Amino acid sequence: MIKAILIFNNHGKPRLSKFYQPYSEDTQQQIIRETFHLVSKRDENVCNFLEGGLLIGGSDNKLIYRHYATLYFVFCVDSSESELGILDLIQVFVETLDKCFENVCELDLIFHVDKVHNILAEMVMGGMVLETNMNEIVTQIDAQNKLEKSELYLQHLWGSRKEGGRTKTSLLQAGLAGAPARAVSAVKNMNLPEIPRNINIGDISIKVPNLPSFK
Amino acid sequence: MSDIVEKTLTALPGLFLQNQPGGGPAAAKASFSSRLGSLVRSITALTSKHEEEKLIQQELSSLKATVSAPTTTLKMMKECMVRLIYCEMLGYDASFGYIHAIKLAQQGNLLEKRVVMAILSPMLWSKELKNMGQSYSFVFREIVRRKAVLALYKFHLIAPNQVQHIHIKFRKALCDRDVGVMAASLHIYLRMIKENSSGYKDLTGSFVTILKQVVGGKLPVEFNYHSVPAPWLQIQLLRILGLLGKDDQRTSELMYDVLDESLRRAELNHNVTYAILFECVHTVYSIYPKSELLEKAAKCIGKFVLSPKINLKYLGLKALTYVIQQDPTLALQHQMTIIECLDHPDPIIKRETLELLYRITNAQNITVIVQKMLEYLHQSKEEYVIVNLVGKIAELAEKYAPDNAWFIQTMNAVFSVGGDVMHPDIPNNFLRLLAEGFDDETEDQQLRLYAVQSYLTLLDMENVFYPQRFLQVMSWVLGEYSYLLDKETPEEVIAKLCKLLMNDSVSSETKAWLIAAVTKLTPQAHSSNTVERLIHEFTISLDTCMRQHAFELKHLHENVELMKSLLPVDRSCEDLVVDASLSFLDGFVAEGLSQGAAPYKPHHQRQEEKLSQEKVLNFEPYGLSFSSSGFTGRQSPAGISLGSDISGNSAETGLKETNSLKLEGIKKLWGKEGYLPKKESKTGDESGALPIPQESIMENADQAITKKDQSQVLTQSKEEKEKQLLASSLFVGLGSESTINLLGKADTVSHKFRRKSKVKEAKSGETTSTHNMTCSSFSSLSNVAYEDDYYLSTVHNRGDKELKKFSLNSELLDSESLTELPLVEKFSYCSLSTPSLFANNNMEIFHPPQSTAASVAKESSLASSFLEETTEYIPSNAMEVCNNETISVSSYKIWKDDCLLMVWSVTNKSGLKFKSADLEIFPAENFKVTEQPGCCLPVMEAESTKSFQYSVQIEKPFTEGNLTGFISYHMMDTHSAQLEFSVNLSLLDFIRPLKISSEDFGKLWLSFANDVKQNLKMSESQAALPSVLKTLQQKLRLHIIEIIGNEGLLACQLLPSIPCLLHCRVHADVLALWFRSSCSTLPDYLLYQCQKVMEGC
Repeated sequence: MIKAILIFNNHGKPRLSKFYQPYSEDTQQQIIRETFHLVSKRDENVCNFLEGGLLIGGSDNKLIYRHYATLYFVFCVDSSESELGILDLIQVFVETLDKCFENVCELDLIFHVDKVHNILAEMVMGGMVLETNMNEIVTQIDAQNKLEKSELYLQHLWGSRKEGGRTKTSLLQAGLAGAPARAVSAVKNMNLPEIPRNINIGDISIKVPNLPSFK
Repeated sequence: MSDIVEKTLTALPGLFLQNQPGGGPAAAKASFSSRLGSLVRSITALTSKHEEEKLIQQELSSLKATVSAPTTTLKMMKECMVRLIYCEMLGYDASFGYIHAIKLAQQGNLLEKRVVMAILSPMLWSKELKNMGQSYSFVFREIVRRKAVLALYKFHLIAPNQVQHIHIKFRKALCDRDVGVMAASLHIYLRMIKENSSGYKDLTGSFVTILKQVVGGKLPVEFNYHSVPAPWLQIQLLRILGLLGKDDQRTSELMYDVLDESLRRAELNHNVTYAILFECVHTVYSIYPKSELLEKAAKCIGKFVLSPKINLKYLGLKALTYVIQQDPTLALQHQMTIIECLDHPDPIIKRETLELLYRITNAQNITVIVQKMLEYLHQSKEEYVIVNLVGKIAELAEKYAPDNAWFIQTMNAVFSVGGDVMHPDIPNNFLRLLAEGFDDETEDQQLRLYAVQSYLTLLDMENVFYPQRFLQVMSWVLGEYSYLLDKETPEEVIAKLCKLLMNDSVSSETKAWLIAAVTKLTPQAHSSNTVERLIHEFTISLDTCMRQHAFELKHLHENVELMKSLLPVDRSCEDLVVDASLSFLDGFVAEGLSQGAAPYKPHHQRQEEKLSQEKVLNFEPYGLSFSSSGFTGRQSPAGISLGSDISGNSAETGLKETNSLKLEGIKKLWGKEGYLPKKESKTGDESGALPIPQESIMENADQAITKKDQSQVLTQSKEEKEKQLLASSLFVGLGSESTINLLGKADTVSHKFRRKSKVKEAKSGETTSTHNMTCSSFSSLSNVAYEDDYYLSTVHNRGDKELKKFSLNSELLDSESLTELPLVEKFSYCSLSTPSLFANNNMEIFHPPQSTAASVAKESSLASSFLEETTEYIPSNAMEVCNNETISVSSYKIWKDDCLLMVWSVTNKSGLKFKSADLEIFPAENFKVTEQPGCCLPVMEAESTKSFQYSVQIEKPFTEGNLTGFISYHMMDTHSAQLEFSVNLSLLDFIRPLKISSEDFGKLWLSFANDVKQNLKMSESQAALPSVLKTLQQKLRLHIIEIIGNEGLLACQLLPSIPCLLHCRVHADVLALWFRSSCSTLPDYLLYQCQKVMEGC
């Protein structure tokens, strides 16, 4: 099982930390520090495996890391994971990031930490490898982005309608009446078959009447 | 801390602001964002932790009101959630928000869901979610189902009991048509098989088929990774197979083909193929061996080890380490690579190499290997590396030390480097070794003398700081064995110790050790100036402990004769006779009582009374009750028999002891050394006179190899030569070259400093011997046969063929050797030590209460007809359960370790032939009955006896139960008949001893919630605790863990594995029984059985 996934830069600044086991906030910080300490002092041409520090569980756990430009990607795993397998998993992860961000760099991880987490969540769940196919991961992420956008659009529509209703400004009657119609057409135009498979379509149609703007 | 949180949180407001539609009202936007912002700002503005607490509490209570208000809109809710996360991240309890978060997750859109996920992630660890596992169903789309399977796995990890019913769903998931779902289910199986491989043997076929399909490229192309089909899936499957096939020939045979195919298919073109290959090799060596596969796997390991890629080299070394015990010749093949790795710049590679060397250490290469280890030790700084390595060095040194000087010096290095981080066992073992000595008395003395000398030289050095533990070891050794010195007088030693005592860097604990040493040396010294100065110095010390020691020394010093008798020379191993009952105080007590003092109540009794008054749960019964008997608790198990002796004639020993008891303070001192176990009788010491005759032969062989190597390398460069030399010294005694010595192997590799056989063993030997009485003829016979064959096989052994030979033997031999086989396999090639193997061979044989020697003899002919595996257990008396004119059915119970085996033996009385006979058991409420293979026999020979075997498992505790069934048979003349029978089963049939240590007992005791207490009145005849315990052990199959004074600790388990602990105390003629178990009903049933047993005798 994967115990933790850490990304930090050459100076030890954490860029992403995901723990699949409960550790207190303080311990997590210490683990990151300790791991950085262990990993950073290693030369470039040594092996990518080392025994975990005391905090993460001593010699039962291994740290498997890769160093890309300014970033260290460290997976902390227990004995039930294959070292080389994890090494390739890191590769898959980085390649996926690269695909999603188009030439990924450290700044992407800083400004889109939520996206990175989403990508990671598609690959690893609860410390177990869920999906290793890069294309599949990218498809899922794209689908989520699309859904997010369409929801935003819907909200935007409803939001403007609400604004119109409340402020009672001199908006054209057609404009007022048009808002719901636009929303409906937006729903229709969403091209349902393209909605990602893993999202229950029924959800959306139920949700619409529940929107707060109806209150 | 809050600034870190603030930084991590920078992303959150963004996420939440993003959520604001572009055309949204600016006011609302400001109010939403500013709330979190202002909270963060106000918190960072605060100066003290206390103020922060106050503010957060306010914030939380307002949040609580808001989230539960019905008017709260979704947006506000989301905002509240973000603030909740913030509070939670600061370390405050916001658990009230979880349920609202879940609610939000049900209604919100994707962004809201993400917010919820963020807040729920800390909660995932809490157990509240476990019930939600049931709501997952298996009808969704693939990705959802895959996630659901993993979620189920998580629930399984958190609360295995809650998800018992979904095991069937795991199986469904394994057979799922979607590969992803199936792969997810492998996580679960890997885990569950690791815990209990025997339960999933039936799935081996499925796993093999899956792997075959994957390897054969039957999966869709999108599962390929660098044109390797689903590598991660393959790795998982190989691991599972390795676990399943371990020590199981039948299961292993199923997977040979597919492993072969995997090895063949894995063309080396990418990293990930190496990953598969590595797992494959691992699996091949874990399962029941097959020579072809082993050969191929060995080749693969070669590829790894010789690879220029450092990662592969590392894995190659790891594989070698794993394999080396089965096949030491492999290390010989790669010896040069291993030598190179020893000097590798990467410390990780170095350490792995040392680990490998550690596994192949023997008496001949020990010096080189330990030297390498020490070199590494001096370089490394990480604490856990030091702890680990120091332990290994100490272990090796103790096992294979070539001579005294080397041993002491190595241990000095260990102590000075390992210092205060090492495991406390290391110095303890070392001191014990010194004190108890080994076979040869003069050798012992020399070792001690050498130790003393080396410590004196070490202490002479100026400005060197030694770890406290090392100083403690030194002071003890100097105190005990300085008398061996010729040149230095005790005065000089005392002077040195005094110098240390004055040193400020020495901790007060070490000072206590030091002053103890001085005290021991004082009677031997002629002049006592230093001692007097010391006394003078420390009687005014601020440290009360030191002051006490100084006073003790002072008073003792005034009476030198007494001191000499009290602190005799070289007696550290002798038992101190302690009058645990303190009977010499009886007079004093009587006087006190007559003057109206209240009678003394033991600590736990007071505790109980207090508890019964307060009606409060006592959470730490053992921590409390043991403190009263702490003194006796110190005794090693050997003291048990002693203790009971004392209680018999306590008055006498008490008188003898009065002398020393005046000096109680000094005894405390002794208590520390009393930590060393008592010397036990030498009669049981079978290793006492182990000669080392093979030494010279070995050395010759050693030289021969060295020469051979040398002749080979004459032409090579000097550096190469050095490496070769190192190799020859490292790998000496390995592999086929040294087969000449194989016969003597057992002797030569036996521990040099063999400790006298452990007290515990002796004790268990004693207790089991009574049980073995009746069946000794059985086991000894087979043992002899086994031993003979074993030696034969050792003679024929040639390197890697060893394992095969064992398997061959096992087929020839009776079932007993079968059970021994795994044990044998575990013994590494180089540490095969036959005598100890058999010395430890305390076969546990259950002795059924009602069976007697005669009955066993009578049954033995019947027993021989049982299926193989039953022969090691002794069946109960045959009980005829039903009969008619043609057949009679009798039943036996066989108390196996993991289940109750019921055997029904059907005797055909008529002269006619049966066509078929069938036995069927009706399902019973409390039992799970499983048919053992080989049950139904098609044709029953006339006048013959056939047996049916069923293993019975208990499902919930009960006192008595009935198992009914019928036998139906066909006679030759088509006449078919049925006969019903029933058998009584008692709870006792399912109780087995639970062998745990006292510490484990203490831990378990605290963790069990269900307890039952009862006082039983005993008759006069059985009033002594040992006899009571013996009865319980024999009749109820309880395991006696320890006897402490008048208290006894016992443990047992209800099959399959429900432990139950029993604490009993004898007070006058009342036996107080106190059961604890994880099962609520078990203690009651056991108590009932105990009562029955106690009444019965």
